[in-house]
Amino acid sequence: MDYQLFLQLTLTGLAWGSIYALVAMSFVIIFKSTETFNFAQPEIMMLGAYVGFTLISVFELPFIAGFLLTLLVMAVMTAFMEILVVRPLVGEPMLSVVMITIGLAYIIQGAIGLIWGYEEFEYPSPFPSDPIMFGEVVISQTELYTIICTAILLIIFFLFFKFSSAGITLRATAEDTTAAFLMGINVKRVFTGSWVIAGLIATIAGTFLASFTFVDPKMNFLALKALPAIILGGMDSIHGAIIGGLIIGVTENLAGFYLEDYFGSGINEITAYVIVLVVMMIRPYGLFGHKEIERV
Amino acid sequence: MPVTRFCVRSYEQDSKIFPSLAAKVGLSLLAALLFALPWIAGKYIIFVATVAAVSVIGALGLNVLTGFTGLISLGHAAFLGVGAYTAAILSTRYHLPFLVTIPLAGITAAMFGAVVGIPTLRLKGMYLLVTTLAFQFIVEHIIYHWEDFTAGDRGITLPDPDLFGITLDKYSGYYYVVIVIAVITAILVKNLSMSRAGRALVAVRDRDIAAEMIGVNVARYKIIAFIISSFIAGIAGALYAYLLGLISPDHFTLGQSILYVAMIIVGGLGTVMGSIIGAIFMVLLPELISLISSPISSAYPLFAPRMGGISVMIYGFILVLFLLFEPKGIVGIWIRIKRYWLSWPYTY
Repeated sequence: MDYQLFLQLTLTGLAWGSIYALVAMSFVIIFKSTETFNFAQPEIMMLGAYVGFTLISVFELPFIAGFLLTLLVMAVMTAFMEILVVRPLVGEPMLSVVMITIGLAYIIQGAIGLIWGYEEFEYPSPFPSDPIMFGEVVISQTELYTIICTAILLIIFFLFFKFSSAGITLRATAEDTTAAFLMGINVKRVFTGSWVIAGLIATIAGTFLASFTFVDPKMNFLALKALPAIILGGMDSIHGAIIGGLIIGVTENLAGFYLEDYFGSGINEITAYVIVLVVMMIRPYGLFGHKEIERV
Repeated sequence: MPVTRFCVRSYEQDSKIFPSLAAKVGLSLLAALLFALPWIAGKYIIFVATVAAVSVIGALGLNVLTGFTGLISLGHAAFLGVGAYTAAILSTRYHLPFLVTIPLAGITAAMFGAVVGIPTLRLKGMYLLVTTLAFQFIVEHIIYHWEDFTAGDRGITLPDPDLFGITLDKYSGYYYVVIVIAVITAILVKNLSMSRAGRALVAVRDRDIAAEMIGVNVARYKIIAFIISSFIAGIAGALYAYLLGLISPDHFTLGQSILYVAMIIVGGLGTVMGSIIGAIFMVLLPELISLISSPISSAYPLFAPRMGGISVMIYGFILVLFLLFEPKGIVGIWIRIKRYWLSWPYTY
């Protein structure tokens, strides 16, 4: 096996995997506190990329200012989404909550099509475009910075959840909503907070993804790859989501190269879902998830 | 998930398919209208009516799984796709007649349904949802990439449907065939909902542990729900394939799966009437949207490519508004109106 090529593919896979990991994490944060998937998460990510693109390229703000303003805008929007759309359905059957987030996803998709049209835009990437050489291995700076920034972000969020009182409140609500409520935690605010945090993480993921490719109305399909990552890692585990995302990114990239001769092109698009089916058969609660025991 | 039923006073009343004389008269009038349609309407209207009938069949299939049994599926379009491609391949390669390919399409889809159903014995809720999603993506991928078998995105052209050697006209004969199959499916699903098996499915939905306690074999009924649902979906897919005459992977995407779930929610979850009304509503919706949006696009041609966004947004708003304000769907509204007039002028 060509060692250099293998390393090269793995690094690119890690960069993609970091994006999946971020999106997966944003899914898991909402799932942990509210026990439903927010299927609008890929669209929120896409919206974040579009808002960032508009502020930086159209209104010509400097990158840092534009990016921070994007985060602020997205925080307000996700808070409104949670309060207006999702909160009235707390306690309803899962199907209703899932379908309302899908409805929300359609509304965001439609709004993006209406406002920005269906062309591709180039994202004003803050990273230099010339690649870096490590011996024989070539890596683009965008990929490298994506991996580094994701790692830093993950550490920040780890510390936030472990030590800050807001983080502990979030974890307590995720553990047992009723008990948290009885302990005087403002559960409504925690729900909104989890949406906002997830929205911010998705926006950051969208920024990286847009620097990789383009800002276009198909970005949400790439973000759906985060779902297999969550299944693999376990739905209620944040570090599971991260490791799952990285595994999916790397296997997908390796399979795309090494298995293409056997299964034809496009095998990389489906590897993730084959992994899901296998995990579901063997270990339905994922690598790091908790097995749910139902009592009568 | 509450079942929307009107007040029932006796067992005889409960076991009737058509609850009242008014329903019988109304349905007879509807049947007469459907029968007369080829004489009074143009080709396009008949085409849309046939699409609506196919969607009714598909929605009824999903209703057995999601509405009755509470198993949530985002892979319904994949089952339709399996049925459609079975019919297409059998009729083009082996020249089998319509009457043979339709049931075979259903059976093939049912076999896939049984396989997908097996993991559901251990999975619930979110996990099941993602499994069906994975199935959807895998089927889409196979249809798209296994070109020797499915011709990929070039699609397969089907022969015209025939019955006992007579070729059916797409705008009269075939329309009747689809309508008849839709009516038969509706009656069978309605019957199922009132039989022991149907009540067992509802018990599995409402409280599966309690259902197991009172002697319902939960595992068996979950698999049965999957098999029935995917069998009906396979037939709907095959009928759809013959109707279009050319099928490609684009007809069986995740968007279609979501559309089917939207149909049964908008119509009214867990009711036969709801699936029928919801399917018709969601099929007519794009026609309605194009009525509104085509004058706008012709007035502002620069804006025309973005009009697609409006229809996507309308779909989103319909889903969100129904779930927020009328979770029982159109049937729920109808029952409320009826109840209001029955006790009028009192509130209840």
